[in-house]
Amino acid sequence: MSVLLFAEHWNGSFKKSVFEAASFAKTLADKLGGPLHAVVAGDIADEELQKLGQYGVGTTHKAGDARLNTFSDQAFAKVISTAASAIGAKAVVLANTYNGKAAGPRVAVRLDAAFVPGVNNIPEATSEGFTGQRPTNSGKGVETYRTHRAAAVFTPKVNSFGLNEAPVDHSVASLAVELSDADFAVKFLEKVVTSSKVSITEADIVISGGRGFKGPENWNILEDMAGSVGAGTACSKPVSDMDWRPHHEHVGQTGIQIAPNLYIAIGISGAIQHLAGVNSSKNIVVINKDPEAPFFKIADYGIVGDLFDVVPKITAAIKEVKAATA
Amino acid sequence: MKSLVCISHVPDTTTNIKYTPDGKSLDTTGVTFVIGPYDEYGLVRAIEFKEQTGQGHVTVLCVGGAEVEPTLRKALAIGADAAVRIDGDAVDANFVAKQVAEYAQGKDFDFIFFGKESIATNGSAVPGMVAEYLELPFISQATSLEVKDGVASLHRELAGAYEVLESPIPCVISCQKGLAEWRIPNMRGIMMAKRKPLSAVPAAEVSAAVTTEKLELPPPKGDCQYIDADNAAHLVSILNDKGLI
Repeated sequence: MSVLLFAEHWNGSFKKSVFEAASFAKTLADKLGGPLHAVVAGDIADEELQKLGQYGVGTTHKAGDARLNTFSDQAFAKVISTAASAIGAKAVVLANTYNGKAAGPRVAVRLDAAFVPGVNNIPEATSEGFTGQRPTNSGKGVETYRTHRAAAVFTPKVNSFGLNEAPVDHSVASLAVELSDADFAVKFLEKVVTSSKVSITEADIVISGGRGFKGPENWNILEDMAGSVGAGTACSKPVSDMDWRPHHEHVGQTGIQIAPNLYIAIGISGAIQHLAGVNSSKNIVVINKDPEAPFFKIADYGIVGDLFDVVPKITAAIKEVKAATA
Repeated sequence: MKSLVCISHVPDTTTNIKYTPDGKSLDTTGVTFVIGPYDEYGLVRAIEFKEQTGQGHVTVLCVGGAEVEPTLRKALAIGADAAVRIDGDAVDANFVAKQVAEYAQGKDFDFIFFGKESIATNGSAVPGMVAEYLELPFISQATSLEVKDGVASLHRELAGAYEVLESPIPCVISCQKGLAEWRIPNMRGIMMAKRKPLSAVPAAEVSAAVTTEKLELPPPKGDCQYIDADNAAHLVSILNDKGLI
């Protein structure tokens, strides 16, 4: 009844999302009463792999083929399913990052396993598989699902569980996987960075602006505030449609879905499509001059006021607090 | 280019979601159904290839009951040539993927397009499964697609970055914003769509890997605590006390 974690890395380094997925996988493995294994692909130092032991991974299976240094969903799915078969995994866990989402469905097909994407709570084992809950209809609803295959592939939502340290002895084993040229049919040419800022899907705090800012020239007000707390910055769809901000900052139903610990929405009325992208946030602050803005209905804290007046005051207060505790 | 565009039949993004009292399905009363917004990027890109070269063919496919036919007609009105409805209850992603794979097998499609996810189930599951069943390359979250010398050149979205990729054809592509612009069907398109072929074919037998036991609304949020705008700094002390900043 073992569990396998796909430990995605970025040029040899892990990110928080992997440790979070490990925390999820470890909790699941404990429930099943089995060990947690991990699989990695490509070059990564054993020293970095040791970090997985902090989160309950006993053995990491490493497929070191140099061709795996760039992501290929085909090859990675082969690596992951080979490891899963070798240890007889009952559950395979991939964080639902871009690459996790791309490889996960292939892994499910290869293992004839049930695929359960975007989960935000720990599943329970049943006689037939698993049961649990996941958000559906873009977070407007909750689905209770039941799986009907011996094994299941889960892609837990990033930022939904938090970290849970559970240190164990960790060892590294090498994993032989037969890969053919066909597994690398898609050729990687280059990666173009469009934003060097904090990734908004992984950020603990996201500050988001809407049409209330009146124009891109006023974005410094938001960026000052974001800078004061190390937050990621986002925007509403109209703002991205008007090209005030780039598309990759657009959160909402047709943009990026996020679940930060703290979401601060400034000058955004809270149309249902916007809420669909942010309703998993743990704490929501809304600043809007319109007391009737629908966003206040799902907010934890609200300020009715002019953002050009309120936001600089808040930024100044944050800086004071930070300076006092520095 | 010969394209297969797989579309989902989903509630419009402005829908206030409600479920039936037994918690088994969506309450469709007053709900407007549309082509999945991400699916539509693939549809328009496929039509653009046809327009640019004056040749090619676009088949649009949806798995579902007769209720999805208006959505397929809309895709025909936007410019697809033929529509296929696989007559079955789309019980889970694996069921849908199997149907698409069976249909596409041996039909020599150059591209099989999907949206990056259905806005109803948010799974991003079907495209990768179809690629695996058909043993085809898969490019997820594509924001750009061009064809040169028989090779597909694509951009694939990542967090704060994109990859530039080249894929052999045929391949499976899931579409993200940027790939094409949405189109509103014009009157001529709507008239022509009525004469375009829309066929229903029976679904292959596939046992469900995942079933939905219950659908419900999330628990309601507590009341919003308001802070006076003149005392905005008070918000900071609350957030600080709660360890949020």
